[in-house]
Amino acid sequence: MNSFSYTRATDVASAVHEIATDRAAVFIAGGTNLIDLMKENVARPDRLVDITRLPLNRIEELGDGGLRLGALVTNTDTAYNEHVERRYPLLSRAILAGASPQLRNMATDGGNLLQRTRCYYFYDTATPCNKREPGTGCSAIDGFNRMHAILGTSDQCIAVHPSDMCVALAALNAVVRVTGERGDRAIPFADFHRLPGETPSVDTNLGADEIITAIDLPAKGFADHYAYLKVRDRTSYAFALVSVAAALEMDGDTITEARLALGGVAHKPWRNTDAEAMLNGVNATKDHFEAVGEAIVRDAKGFGHNTFKIVLAKRAIVRALQYATRMEPKA
Amino acid sequence: MDSRPAAGVASRSPAKLPTTCAITLDLNGAATKLDVAPWTTLLDALREYLDLTGTKKGCDHGQCGACTVLVDGKRINSCLTLAIMHDGAAVTTIEGLSKEGALHPVQQAFIDHDAFQCGYCTPGQICSAVGLMREGRAKTPDEIRELMSGNICRCGAYPNILAAIQQAMKVAEGSVKP
Repeated sequence: MNSFSYTRATDVASAVHEIATDRAAVFIAGGTNLIDLMKENVARPDRLVDITRLPLNRIEELGDGGLRLGALVTNTDTAYNEHVERRYPLLSRAILAGASPQLRNMATDGGNLLQRTRCYYFYDTATPCNKREPGTGCSAIDGFNRMHAILGTSDQCIAVHPSDMCVALAALNAVVRVTGERGDRAIPFADFHRLPGETPSVDTNLGADEIITAIDLPAKGFADHYAYLKVRDRTSYAFALVSVAAALEMDGDTITEARLALGGVAHKPWRNTDAEAMLNGVNATKDHFEAVGEAIVRDAKGFGHNTFKIVLAKRAIVRALQYATRMEPKA
Repeated sequence: MDSRPAAGVASRSPAKLPTTCAITLDLNGAATKLDVAPWTTLLDALREYLDLTGTKKGCDHGQCGACTVLVDGKRINSCLTLAIMHDGAAVTTIEGLSKEGALHPVQQAFIDHDAFQCGYCTPGQICSAVGLMREGRAKTPDEIRELMSGNICRCGAYPNILAAIQQAMKVAEGSVKP
């Protein structure tokens, strides 16, 4: 780890001012990803601005029936919050599918959105990586890429976003609230993370002078028909090979609204609203689910070690929909 | 972390680095002052500056759980947090669990069930189990396994660790005498 200076922010405005005026400064909150990256010399900030004592640690009900998650609420306190458990069980399940209890006790909701890929080459400073050092090349495309992306890739980067929580937030159409020197913004979840394109070093559309203050959940929580299915190499405490958040509204056996978000397959939580629309108004059958799965992986591309994910993703979509419609009892 | 390219790499400002900063921890029940550099992790502060070597450094990356301690009653990985961030916090390590010479029920249960082989992961396992019991979310064996998954045991003592935690839970409920 490099040496650095440390300051503690006392209010949001001064925190924003500190990073806006010192480009070598970064925020630290839970630190579970940043400290790790600093130990690996992947992140080398000259200055840490500790935001853990800012008043962003509450979960509040919104007037429109939604719920506001303060950016500094821990993943644990979010997953076990009574409103989240009752109204947004998909989010609770997704959070609890990620990391370990110790990490969830430290990690914050805002930080979860900003965690970086666990691509082995991104972490290994001895290898080229366009995300870590733009222009050096991608070691994963022709390297070991079992964990890597099959959708939305570019010839610059095939990294995946590692979060489980974000997959559920994508399905729930959450909104990310941010504050910067130019004022406040509300970013729809689908627009928060980026695909790699030609600039894979940029993970999100958060501005350099902006801080996440909260994540808003719309009123619709899909508490009756949901599933979070995570497929991984061991039963617990591992990143997803493929994960699927399924959220449905149903009238009897008829699906009236369907949301599907995938993790472990792309640089951001993957939504395909055209494919989701195929389920609107149909009776829930396995044939329909397979057609949707097929549509979602139609443009998928494997890179050798990860090509199995194409079939795996399709099957995981079918299974998640079976769980959400209760055609299959939940595992 | 954000949209800036490789944060902190491009412009290494000639920041004045404070060598150390004074903090106070409520450490195992005693107010403890120490001077730490900003980059000293809580784990290193405990082991290198406070001579509390019960907390172990395993992977140093939050993947093994050997460094688990309780901060304000909650279990965390002490390797992935900076000591300076916890000024004023209550920190409980394995050394702080026994009371008046009597082992904590989880410590006693680990002995009763031979819940270790080499013992390196044990302080982290025990602190994690104390945190788990406080959280009150694990009831069944599968739930205990899932919520102890942040603690790796290379010797594979998991069946006995599970049995020890179940015993400690029964002691806590009052259905079994310690």
